[in-house]
Amino acid sequence: MSIFIDSGTRLIVQGITGRDGSFHAKQMIEYGTTVVGGVTPGKGGQKFEGTVPIFNTVSQAVKATGGNTTVIYVPPPFAADAMMEAADAGVSLIVAITEGVPVMDMTRVYPFVRERGARLLGPNCPGLISPGKSKVGIIPGRICTPGSIGLVSRSGTLTYEVVYQMTRAGLGQTTCVGIGGDPINGTNFIDCLAAFEADKDTTSVVIIGEIGGTDEQEAARYVKENMTKPVVGFIAGQTAPPGRRMGHAGAIISGSAGTAAEKIQAFEENGIAVAKRPIDVVGLLKARM
Amino acid sequence: MNIHEYQAKEIFRSHGIPIPEGDIATTPEQAEALAKKYGGTVVVKAQVHAGGRGKAGGVKLARNPKEAREIAEKILALTIKDLLVKKVLVTPAADIATEAYVGVIIDRASKRATFMVSPAGGIDIEEVAAKTPEKLRKLAVDPRYGLQTYEAMELGFFLYDDVKQVRAAAKIMQQLYAAFVASGASLAEINPLVTTPDGKVLALDAKMVIDDNELDRKPELAALRDESAEAPSEVEARNASLTFIKLDGNVGCIVNGAGLAMATMDLVKYYGGEPANFLDIGGSSNPEKVVTALKIITEDPSVKAILFNIFGGITRTDDVANGIVTATKKTPLAVPIVIRLTGTNEEIAVKILEDNGFTALTDMDEAVQRAVELATAKEAA
Repeated sequence: MSIFIDSGTRLIVQGITGRDGSFHAKQMIEYGTTVVGGVTPGKGGQKFEGTVPIFNTVSQAVKATGGNTTVIYVPPPFAADAMMEAADAGVSLIVAITEGVPVMDMTRVYPFVRERGARLLGPNCPGLISPGKSKVGIIPGRICTPGSIGLVSRSGTLTYEVVYQMTRAGLGQTTCVGIGGDPINGTNFIDCLAAFEADKDTTSVVIIGEIGGTDEQEAARYVKENMTKPVVGFIAGQTAPPGRRMGHAGAIISGSAGTAAEKIQAFEENGIAVAKRPIDVVGLLKARM
Repeated sequence: MNIHEYQAKEIFRSHGIPIPEGDIATTPEQAEALAKKYGGTVVVKAQVHAGGRGKAGGVKLARNPKEAREIAEKILALTIKDLLVKKVLVTPAADIATEAYVGVIIDRASKRATFMVSPAGGIDIEEVAAKTPEKLRKLAVDPRYGLQTYEAMELGFFLYDDVKQVRAAAKIMQQLYAAFVASGASLAEINPLVTTPDGKVLALDAKMVIDDNELDRKPELAALRDESAEAPSEVEARNASLTFIKLDGNVGCIVNGAGLAMATMDLVKYYGGEPANFLDIGGSSNPEKVVTALKIITEDPSVKAILFNIFGGITRTDDVANGIVTATKKTPLAVPIVIRLTGTNEEIAVKILEDNGFTALTDMDEAVQRAVELATAKEAA
């Protein structure tokens, strides 16, 4: 088992003919993801790489292919509309990779998607991968290996670093999920923790957080109250100064809230073992197997 | 992006919010002339991107034009939180009966624009939230309908008893919400919102932070950026699409991805060093970006060793290697460099580096430890 995506995932790529969309569509197909169609307005009727049909709208793509998941690579000014279009077309999982989506747009997208019963992951996220089954997004497939550990993270390359260390140490994964670093995102830590707790093949979970906001603190309380599986955590940004945005739109310490120290304390108080370095995740996981 | 008080006031005024007149002076003489024009007592306020201007001596009353000149001269010589004051706002002083706080932020929990209001204005709102939370009222606005009049009135009644003042404040809050949405702000604040002895409600200060992601589609707001109010290295980095933040240590860090960059800085500290900066070269790096990144880092005299930490996904590690070779051919390095890279095109990257006399590491911990050792040794030398 795995969470959110598996071998039954039928993927539509929004922005399949763009620079990032076409590159990653190829990578996903190579990995074994079932890519059933693409969407680029004005290119309906053409084929991507001679095999994948392209449609003008998501709704046409869903009707023709039975796609149940989309991944979005469209540029920031059009990304909000692409997410809403996907939700309205009845897709159940929408993965928005696009970085730089205005937060004001997301205040409108979030309730819109929710009311239509779809799950949104991102924006500004690396997507997710269920090793050996399906990959949706940009996480490099070769650093992952099938196994029993679930991973959820707010970061991109830091996730790769931790997954790579785990894979090298022989610790495979059920699913790795990058929820993204923006202030408003569709799926949060708790959504993923709940899914991992319910997934019978996941035996333990890794949570990777960073400075900014209180999502990690809420996740920590959730772990204490609702989870039976061991959880190991890491927080980035212990050396980050307050008031400065550290790359991610969400990674900013405002006032006294959102510091790494506060989050590490919340993890420890709620039974999450905290790794001091990314590599220490491996040792903490092994000690809990 | 931070904008100045006088710029935020222009935006607020354009949405109808009542704000006393005022203008910018860059010299003491201009301040004197403005004070003469307004007559009576004026306030001279430093225009810098820093909170706590009042405490730092950057906000002062002047009773006459001569005093305005003297005060402006002092304020224009100030440095507040490392920022040199280059402009002051001169504005007529208002008679104040009460001071309240009104702000809108994007709240991550409700995922909505959220009002925060307090009758305890004029001071640090985070202090109010921490010490007297009962004096703070929050309201999340449904983005589909905007701030309704009854909601604004509810907030108004939390601030005032006089229904005329409540209505005036409610109108200001609806105007503030309109300004917030139209500007794509992540924060808009009036602190203080005052009442005058004759019962008027006025905004005496204005603060606004614009979401950086809005600037591409709102060139008129992007034009408000005051590069003279930022560190030159940060301006250069932004123009090259890099995210750079200067810190106090001596290990210069160049990393791809914000999370990994923060984790790298933390690891530098873990091994006994101090990071000199946060620098994220972003996802799809080209060699030119790496050249600019190295230039920014090497221009900082406190940097005693340079550390590259690249995990190639979208980023091709051979692009990074080519950037390092190009940059160091142009300007040989005066400090040692440690390069860690792994991922996409790693074999090609390692070959490029080795052909040019560099060594490449694949392990993050090993690379960070070595960079800290080299920086410490160089510092001692």
